[in-house]
Amino acid sequence: MPDLPARAARPEGAPVVSPLASIADVTFGYPRRAAGAPPVLDRVSLQIARGDLVGILGPNGSGKTTLLKILSGMLAPHSGRVTLDGRPLTTYTRRQIARRLAVVPQETYAAFDYSVLDVVLMGRYPHLGAFELEQADDLAVAHAALAATGTGALAHRRFGTLSGGERQRVIIASALAQSPDLLLLDEPTASLDIGAQLEIAGLLASLNRDHGLTIVLSTHDLNFAGSLCRTLVLLARGRVVAGGETAAVLTPAAIRALYGVEADVRFHEAAHHLTVTPIASAHRPRDRSADVDRDALKAPRPR
Amino acid sequence: MSPTRPQAQTAVAPFPAPAAPAIRRQLAVTLLAFGSLAVAALVLAPLVGPEPIRLGRVFDRAIPFARNVDAQIFFIARLPRVLAAALVGCALATAGVVFQALLRNPLASPDTLGVSAGAALGAIIAITFNLHLQAGSLTTVPVASFLGAAGALLVVYGLSTVRRRGLSTNVLLLAGVTLNAFFAALILFVQYLGNFTETFRTVRWLMGDLDVAGYAPLAAAAPLVLIALVAIAFLPRPLNLLSLGTEAAASRGVDVAGAQRLALFSASLATGAAVALAGPIGFIGIIVPHLVRLLVGADHRLVLPASACFGAAFLVACDLVARTAFAPLQLPVGVITAVLGGPFFLWLLLRQAW
Repeated sequence: MPDLPARAARPEGAPVVSPLASIADVTFGYPRRAAGAPPVLDRVSLQIARGDLVGILGPNGSGKTTLLKILSGMLAPHSGRVTLDGRPLTTYTRRQIARRLAVVPQETYAAFDYSVLDVVLMGRYPHLGAFELEQADDLAVAHAALAATGTGALAHRRFGTLSGGERQRVIIASALAQSPDLLLLDEPTASLDIGAQLEIAGLLASLNRDHGLTIVLSTHDLNFAGSLCRTLVLLARGRVVAGGETAAVLTPAAIRALYGVEADVRFHEAAHHLTVTPIASAHRPRDRSADVDRDALKAPRPR
Repeated sequence: MSPTRPQAQTAVAPFPAPAAPAIRRQLAVTLLAFGSLAVAALVLAPLVGPEPIRLGRVFDRAIPFARNVDAQIFFIARLPRVLAAALVGCALATAGVVFQALLRNPLASPDTLGVSAGAALGAIIAITFNLHLQAGSLTTVPVASFLGAAGALLVVYGLSTVRRRGLSTNVLLLAGVTLNAFFAALILFVQYLGNFTETFRTVRWLMGDLDVAGYAPLAAAAPLVLIALVAIAFLPRPLNLLSLGTEAAASRGVDVAGAQRLALFSASLATGAAVALAGPIGFIGIIVPHLVRLLVGADHRLVLPASACFGAAFLVACDLVARTAFAPLQLPVGVITAVLGGPFFLWLLLRQAW
């Protein structure tokens, strides 16, 4: 059984200073936003160290997804620099990028009835010429990716018949088949039940630990981030408000600043990681206060 | 799968990886099977018809062509028609596959999207106003037809890009109905402007008729279909990935914008050429790809060549029915494909359970 092609994490003895990927002073705004609206990302700088497992946290609209798209070269920043392995990302072709980094979107649906193995083999795309068919070693990589994600038994199932968690693991396998150094995941557990969430967390931890894969993910799930990520980056309104080791960053003060929520953060002995329990909203929502003018709610809308 | 998840992880025995991927063998089998089907249809269909002919006499050089009725029937009445059927069937079926992958919806096809109607409008404008320019074998009608198809497709595609999950079936069908009605109205308007003879010609043509006059229209359409097929030959793997979504495709190294442009161009060209030759023959682009997928699976490296061959054979067979079933009356083949395709489409719609 061939292993996933080695991308042995940190070259031994090499200085740790060269990050795998970095973005420096990046500003980005979508073209259709109203004039004067703040940019989606505002002078964001970030370094992704080799072998790290980074979580990006932030409320809705804070720019998490945009940040991942900038990192993967899907969007070009208006200003600032993005590098992969020290080289500007703009000097790579799409295929070259795809050989170095893979992306797992929030949800994937296939318009046609592909088998799981078909979907995983599609990950070999950037390694094959226009008319080249997969060779035995491509198949070996695909099977290694299936094995690494625990989806070997699903190989001949139809992709469309899988559960959400199985589907997410197969898409991760397909991403692994690209033989990437860097894996980007956009809210990988957003639509999964807790069983599947734990599976994905275990899978990502083992890919990072055993295969030396560098991982960057965005999430809304603070416990997921606390249990899995080594480094956290907190985004608010397009700016990095904090970044660093998980234990240092995931604090009640940070959660209050980010989400306006009073939360209890403590180390859970049995789970063996930080856990976050939201206690109350720090801002009292206006419609819950007692002095709401109920007649005003019933009043007809001005025409 | 065993019930306890952690065990399941380790209990999955290292899958006995087959030495070579199946695609090489699948491709060989698919090309051989569907290729022979197309060849068989092309060889057999001209021999069948209301008037029996003897193959020996057809190719008998001793009899001068002017007095050889068998050869006349074969070469003048039947062969151009069979070749036209094969060309049109191949073009429309292939275009259907490309539309379906591009819009990520298995119900997309040249006619459900109104692209055939756009092509028909282009062609009818060229026919009615006698815009007969000729450069080599290329004439104005197929080009006008291509432009009409491309225009319609750009509208549909524009709709699909503003929606993130591809084109939902509801929007797709509504857009198709709207475009079809819109182009139908414009076609009526153009017909109103034309004189009686032209109107009669265009009405027959709109039914989807393979009764082509000689080889000249074939020679005009064939190069366009060929160009489209060559372009489509670059698309199977990008289309596989595009059917998982543009983001998934881009992150696996597909030049999404380039692949989409090539797909739009080639599918419009194939539709335009087919419609210019034989009118908007319906449902080929939906029946053929679906039957093919049932047989070879979803991989576009298999679906595209198989649909090209099967589309050719299928329309040749439909046309055979059209010209023999009510002989000596020769039906427009569009009637046959519509009678088969309408119920088939409804069945697909029900099966999707939306």
